[in-house]
Amino acid sequence: MDKTMSLPQAISTYLRNGDTVALEGFGHIVPVAAAHEIIRQGFTDLVLARMSCDVIVDQLLGANCLKGLISSFIANSSAGSLHELRRRIEKSDPEPLWFDEYSHGGMVARYQAGASKLPFQPIASYRGSDLAAKNPRIKSVPDPYGGPDIHVVPALNPDLTIIHAQRADMHGNVQAWGMLGIQTEAAFASHRLIVTVEEIVDEAVVRSDPNRTIVPAHVVDAVVAVPRGSHPHSVQGYYDRDDEFSRQWSALARDAAAVQDWLETNIRGTSDHDEFLATLGSEHFERMAIHDAYSTPVNYGGRA
Amino acid sequence: MTLSAHDTTETRSRDEPSETTSSDVVTSSELLTVHSARALAGRNVVFAGHGLPTLAVSLAQHTVAPDIEIVYESGVTGARPPVMPRSISDSILVPGAASVMPMTHLFNYVLQGQRIDVGFLGAAQVDKFGNLNSTLIGEDWEHPDSRLPGSGGAIEAMAGAAEIFLVMRRHTPRTFVESLDFVTSPGSKKAAEAEVGSMPAGSGVTHVITDLGIMTRFARDEELTLTAVHPGVDPAEAVRQTGWNLQVSTDLETTQPPTPDELALLRETLDPTRIYLR
Repeated sequence: MDKTMSLPQAISTYLRNGDTVALEGFGHIVPVAAAHEIIRQGFTDLVLARMSCDVIVDQLLGANCLKGLISSFIANSSAGSLHELRRRIEKSDPEPLWFDEYSHGGMVARYQAGASKLPFQPIASYRGSDLAAKNPRIKSVPDPYGGPDIHVVPALNPDLTIIHAQRADMHGNVQAWGMLGIQTEAAFASHRLIVTVEEIVDEAVVRSDPNRTIVPAHVVDAVVAVPRGSHPHSVQGYYDRDDEFSRQWSALARDAAAVQDWLETNIRGTSDHDEFLATLGSEHFERMAIHDAYSTPVNYGGRA
Repeated sequence: MTLSAHDTTETRSRDEPSETTSSDVVTSSELLTVHSARALAGRNVVFAGHGLPTLAVSLAQHTVAPDIEIVYESGVTGARPPVMPRSISDSILVPGAASVMPMTHLFNYVLQGQRIDVGFLGAAQVDKFGNLNSTLIGEDWEHPDSRLPGSGGAIEAMAGAAEIFLVMRRHTPRTFVESLDFVTSPGSKKAAEAEVGSMPAGSGVTHVITDLGIMTRFARDEELTLTAVHPGVDPAEAVRQTGWNLQVSTDLETTQPPTPDELALLRETLDPTRIYLR
């Protein structure tokens, strides 16, 4: 079944105002282009689930797409602060943000419970933390096997998850390598799933290396080819990270008006991701070129 | 995190390089890296971030702990990057690494699974029992004066690792406090006093390495004690720069300055372009 479609079509088909949407990717293979398309289409009242925040969180907040955030790390990766986010939390400027906070281990447990269709997941690390005391959704239950009471976190089942990967076939068998984050669990936990990829490849390419598949086609709703869809984050084997862009964002976003100007010019003022990339200039990407490093092929041979 | 950057009550300039016996100028970063590396003797599996902790583990591989390995929060183990990584999620860590685990493996099987000997953490505030705050400064959780990045995996590292090493570039009363604004990662004493939840696997913070000296603690109820000062540092200064009544060991030592071999490894082999050895 051919699930390929354009990014605008995928977002308008599978996202609704008010949805909880997970955008996952841990500093690598991040669905940035999809976040920008959400801004272009003007969605509102979304709750964003994202373990480790980055520029797209500030951008979605600045564009007034979000009413809430579920996260466990709210800096701009290692590039500084996210000032739009800090204004919302520290000063309710321009309005309050519902913030459901966990640790990374707590977010992993929430996605695992969601993917497994369990109501909650036990977690061993919260004893004595103020996070468990302050967040009413972190609870404890008796251990029916005689141990001490144990903390639990609730299942996270996003309405829509969007992930980015190196490649997929048209059916939606998704292949990724390098740092894989929590994408497989976020995919299985979600009611709907969009996958953006650097390239759509022939099914035979996927079938030549089935262990590389992180999400099988039967959980995927839409497959979208978006080259450089993860910028400013890297894609292993395709392009490097753009640290300068991330650092410049942290500087720019100190000024709320500058965020609005940036969104107006660079996102709302561009029709799609290619046009956005063109604003950066083609020479911009020469700095992000990578060296090839191929793995040794494995032998998948079975009974003759 | 800018908390320690504006302390105007300094009684001496910390930015002045100190001198080693070989009259070689040693930067504060080099000093902290060398003492962090030496403290890793006898350990095998380390959970660490990029920058100074990565450098410390690399130095330990060349000196006191040849078989030691880093596990990064991004899931990479046995990385052999040709240059220093810019973050724990830098793709440069992947080519030539021993493994890249998904987050489920890293958080469930490695951290919660108690496979880590030493976890390196940082914090905006630490108290005398090694409780750590990386969440906020202020009174109100919902509207703090200054909102910090939050736990990330710090809570899991604290709960699952046998020991935690804390590296603090500037030892000041704003960072070493009597009472935390928020307990992000509880030490073993506070965890034990809580009413519910699984007991942490390890001892919590056992080493704090600062620009003034080294504090240690080894038992659950023990306070951090100043056990060494760097050459030329008055122990009274470390006490003044600590926001609680810091206990000073009766066997207080002066740390051995970085050796020429350690400095040569850092400067010529491990961080030749001085990305982190500022």
